[in-house]
Amino acid sequence: MIENHLSLLLVALPLLAAPIVAVLPNGRLPWALSTLVSWSVCYLAAWQLINVSSGQVISYELGGWAPPWGIEYRIDAANALVALIVSGIAALTLPYALKSVIKEIPHQQHALFYAAFMLCLTGLLGIAQTGDIFNLFVFLEISSLSSYALISLGKQRQALTAAYQYLIMGTIGATFFIIGVGLLYAMTGTLNMADLAQRLPELYEHRTIHTAFAFIMVGFALKLALFPLHLWLPNAYTYAPTVVTIFLAATATKVAVYVMLRMVFTVFGFSFIENTPTDELFLLLCVTAILSMSFYAIYQKDSKRLLAYSSVAQIAYMMLGIGLGSVLGVTATLVHLFNHALMKGALFMAIGALIYRVGSSRLEHFSGLGKQMPWTFAAIVIGGLSLIGVPGTAGFISKWYLVLAAIEQQHWLIVGVILMGSLLAVAYVWKIIEVLYFNATDEREQQNTAVKEAPLMMLIPMWVLVLANIYFGFNTELTVGTAEQAVKLLMPGAN
Amino acid sequence: MAVIVKHNLILRVVAKFIIPLIFLFALYVQFHGDFGPGGGFQAGVIFSAAIILYALVFGADKAKRVITPYVLRLLASLGVLIYAGTGVATIVLGGNFLEYGVLASSQVAGQHLGILVIELGVGITVMSVMLIIFFAFAERGQAVLSSNAESEQE
Repeated sequence: MIENHLSLLLVALPLLAAPIVAVLPNGRLPWALSTLVSWSVCYLAAWQLINVSSGQVISYELGGWAPPWGIEYRIDAANALVALIVSGIAALTLPYALKSVIKEIPHQQHALFYAAFMLCLTGLLGIAQTGDIFNLFVFLEISSLSSYALISLGKQRQALTAAYQYLIMGTIGATFFIIGVGLLYAMTGTLNMADLAQRLPELYEHRTIHTAFAFIMVGFALKLALFPLHLWLPNAYTYAPTVVTIFLAATATKVAVYVMLRMVFTVFGFSFIENTPTDELFLLLCVTAILSMSFYAIYQKDSKRLLAYSSVAQIAYMMLGIGLGSVLGVTATLVHLFNHALMKGALFMAIGALIYRVGSSRLEHFSGLGKQMPWTFAAIVIGGLSLIGVPGTAGFISKWYLVLAAIEQQHWLIVGVILMGSLLAVAYVWKIIEVLYFNATDEREQQNTAVKEAPLMMLIPMWVLVLANIYFGFNTELTVGTAEQAVKLLMPGAN
Repeated sequence: MAVIVKHNLILRVVAKFIIPLIFLFALYVQFHGDFGPGGGFQAGVIFSAAIILYALVFGADKAKRVITPYVLRLLASLGVLIYAGTGVATIVLGGNFLEYGVLASSQVAGQHLGILVIELGVGITVMSVMLIIFFAFAERGQAVLSSNAESEQE
């Protein structure tokens, strides 16, 4: 019975858990239930991925109404991969959260914090699962509203401004998206993605469709923080509670990139995009983003903000693959989606462990900690190497595919920019490592000598991700294999 | 604040008269939603409007004694649980998620029952969330008032 309802249970389980968690007494109980749910969801997501890995598509009709009238969950390799990323990161973040949340969030808000976390998980999984464009908007709002609340729980007062900034930008993004959906509905009379894909080609010349496309693209560019619409991201990541930063950095923007893929390839079709200046625009913005945001990252004095700017640059790598629009490019996008979740998850967890011990995320307060916290330090080194794209790490695989895709189309400038981006990544990763290991002369070091290694509950999830970074650097069957399956379905025309 | 409202006799009498009628109308909108205009969302808002009116006339503290913040939190969660629980119930009965047809002996009766239960869940959650938002703002105002009063005393 479970297998038939697999794709639905993925969304329904955290949705059911959220109200229960909200009324549990503060303490360990809300945490325990959320963790249990996130693990079961992760198990279901893995099961779902196995079911679709050989190329078939699962369709689930909500309420028993047949598509295109009813809401349909339509699962192929692309959805299943994204659902696994989201639920996997949640399953690792929640065990890590126990200690970090006790330290960073007031006791009376614990139950509500975990409830919001469950709702955010519901929303993100819902976006990944649904095959209905309006249903997607609803889940987008569920995940966004809960993430505004989560970000505003940060310890510093700036968290409120950051959450408000994200609220305004996110709402504009969602509004643009729904305007686009409305225009599409007005033209085609359907909200089902597969149905839209069939009805749109004959309307390609219509100006309303072009307007709808523009609204949807700008809306989601805001959501995924595509340069120059990324302004909400650095503040949100910097001032959010550490656990929230880990979760959002590793999942929220990835899900938005996935939606972009769906819109560009499934709903509108790449033949439509090619006749608009969108793909060139993506390439231009991404090239600018990779260079400028990596430079910005180098000059940051706050570790979370540094990684946030690096995230904006990394998102640009993913969008680069979409802009190239080739089979290799989209494969690179999907693989980087997965790998970037691994490396940013690991890095933010390691930074979170430092914050847990020192109580600050500013780089100057970290001096000399590398010797006191060798495991955390090693995690930052390996995560950093993966971010740079050193062979033997997951980061190398995705950059490799991206470079191949650029060479295939003889975009030599883009090849240069990707390599330049890696060099800049060396600079900003080195900045953290230098402070941690080589800056021993600071006067604060006296205070830092008493600091012990992070608790085991934080080290284990962190190292699971670190080892995954290495594992997926050698075994690419899951990542590249699934991505290739997904691309076959996303771009049926291309070889 | 209590001092201010003590004189508003007409307001208090009219409020006492009109509040039960608002409740009644809310229940009508709630349970007639599947035949006429209305449904859980509208009913929830109307229901909460009655309690907000009471809080405006008699003070938020008295309203909070009628329905405590903890109860509101329970109710807000309960509504979502009713909604999602109905979905799970339809799965257990052999249908898809929220396939109301399987809830009763016939398809039509099932659809009827399903939408009624779902809308009840929506109504409860909307009512309690509206009140939670109202009390959150009311408390803010009270905090400012009392801090002003303190500073005046100083």
